[in-house]
Amino acid sequence: MSRNSNISSTQENYLRRMKHQQYRIKIIQILIFFVFLGLWETAVQLSWIDGFIFSSPSRIWKTFAGMWEDRSIFLHMGITVAETLISFALVVVLGISMAVLLWYNEELSRVLEPYLVVLNSLPKSALAPLLIVWLGANMKSIIVAGISVAVFGTILNLYTGFTELSPDKIKLIYTLRGSRRDVLTKVILPGTIPLQLSVMKVNIGLCLVGVVIGEFIGARQGLGYLIIYGSQVFKLDWVIMSIMLLCMIAMVLYGILNLIEKRCLRRR
Amino acid sequence: MKPLLELAHVSYAYHSKNGETIALTDISFQVKKGEFIAVVGPSGCGKSTLLSLISGLLLPESGSVLFPWATQQVEDDYVQECAAREHCDNRNVVQAGTGFRDKIGYMLQKDHLFEWRTIYKNVILGLEIQKKQNEESLAKVEKMLKDYGLYRFRDARPSELSGGMRQRAALIRTLALDPELLLLDEPFSALDFQTRLTVCDDVASILRKEKKTAILVTHDLSEAVSMADHIVVLTKRPATVRTILELDFEEKNLTPFERRNAPEFKMYFNQLWKEMDGNEQKQ
Ligand SMILES: Nc1ncnc2c1ncn2[C@@H]1O[C@H](COP(=O)(O)OP(=O)(O)O)[C@@H](O)[C@H]1O
Ligand SMILES: [Mg+2]
Repeated sequence: MSRNSNISSTQENYLRRMKHQQYRIKIIQILIFFVFLGLWETAVQLSWIDGFIFSSPSRIWKTFAGMWEDRSIFLHMGITVAETLISFALVVVLGISMAVLLWYNEELSRVLEPYLVVLNSLPKSALAPLLIVWLGANMKSIIVAGISVAVFGTILNLYTGFTELSPDKIKLIYTLRGSRRDVLTKVILPGTIPLQLSVMKVNIGLCLVGVVIGEFIGARQGLGYLIIYGSQVFKLDWVIMSIMLLCMIAMVLYGILNLIEKRCLRRR
Repeated sequence: MKPLLELAHVSYAYHSKNGETIALTDISFQVKKGEFIAVVGPSGCGKSTLLSLISGLLLPESGSVLFPWATQQVEDDYVQECAAREHCDNRNVVQAGTGFRDKIGYMLQKDHLFEWRTIYKNVILGLEIQKKQNEESLAKVEKMLKDYGLYRFRDARPSELSGGMRQRAALIRTLALDPELLLLDEPFSALDFQTRLTVCDDVASILRKEKKTAILVTHDLSEAVSMADHIVVLTKRPATVRTILELDFEEKNLTPFERRNAPEFKMYFNQLWKEMDGNEQKQ
């Protein structure tokens, strides 16, 4: 920016204060994480809590290092991430195309609305066992489970966003002798890009939830499988390590989408 | 010469669950080629509806919107063609009137420039939609951008422009399609007074230079008197034509701003005021 050269001293002060505050918040956040780990480790070492049930940072680290050695951790993480990304991609395609279809056909949207609302509020974990029976205990049903968590909300949110665009902007297209198709490609889709991006940002997390639910019931690989298997054989180190890895995966995926969103919005 | 546009007993009502809003009843008037018509009436009386009916975005519930001049042109061509050929199909002529709608430019109350497009991309939106982006039309857009002082801002976003500049960009977007008839729906209402006077002058000179026919909707009486050849005065809703005022300034070709200082201005303004006042009394 070219304005930096003649910034007033009060503005400079203000900016410095803001920056300080930002740093402080970051430092406190990181501190909380390490204090938590430290307390946890100490509590186990001093036998305040049972390490067999509660695991501990050092045990988790050892488990992780062992699985790194025999490469099995890459398999489990890779499978879960791949399933999440595939179901996310399908949610994007399905969600946008269904929302467009509903927008094209208002009567259809009014017919389907109660069904979508019910399906959206239904706890999707209830569907997972059914999917396994219908589609088999394989990747397909896990991906479908991932889709089922995110897709209905996506359709509803996008469709609502489409219909909320100012009618005058649509009228403008008609005054320029455009068709309904032009309304879609020139107004509806480009005009709701911020909404599309924010919906997708939420979706990636939802897909991960669905995939893990699917893996609980019908998988031989993946972090969800590791959690269930670990709890059955009482290897709670596996369980808690997997949970922590899921936290990390969720954070990274969200961060990537956040970055894409920032990029897209800046370029506009 | 046949009029360019003829409204005959046009009525329109909006229907919704909560009831019927009768917007227009029995509207009739004509517009000749090259004329500048102003339509005034109290706000909410149905002026925007009238423009939508003329442009064909809405269809009248009764009455008709006709384009006799265009029909005549087509008929003339038709006769010539028939003379040249053995056989002609009559259907061409019947559809001719509405074909003129493609030559109508409609400027809405707000500029509605899209924030996700640059100014240049905004002004060629119409060309893009009608797939008329060719060397000639783009050169014309380029020239208009230069003439109206927007060339520097061609890559800017709409939010970086002032109200007056945005309005001019919207005008270029409309003119890029080279319309024969321009419908202007309170195009200056969002501007502050000073900008309004200059943009008014700009628009009037542009329209005069390009010999366009225009219908300007406004609730600002002085704006109507300063720009129009005729003023159609509408009553309160449900609107009907109260009177049509003919403006005859001794000196022709005055700019809107010059008209405001002409001796006849005050007289016409008062006359119009009385008509509108009569509106109020009647209720
Ligand atoms: N889409 C619509 N549905 C129902 N009523 C409408 C609609 N558009 C306008 N109206 C009503 O029709 C009347 C005329 O509207 P309009 O033509 O916009 O008036 P004006 O442009 O003169 O202010 C108003 O009373 C308005 O409330
Ligand atoms: Mg209006």
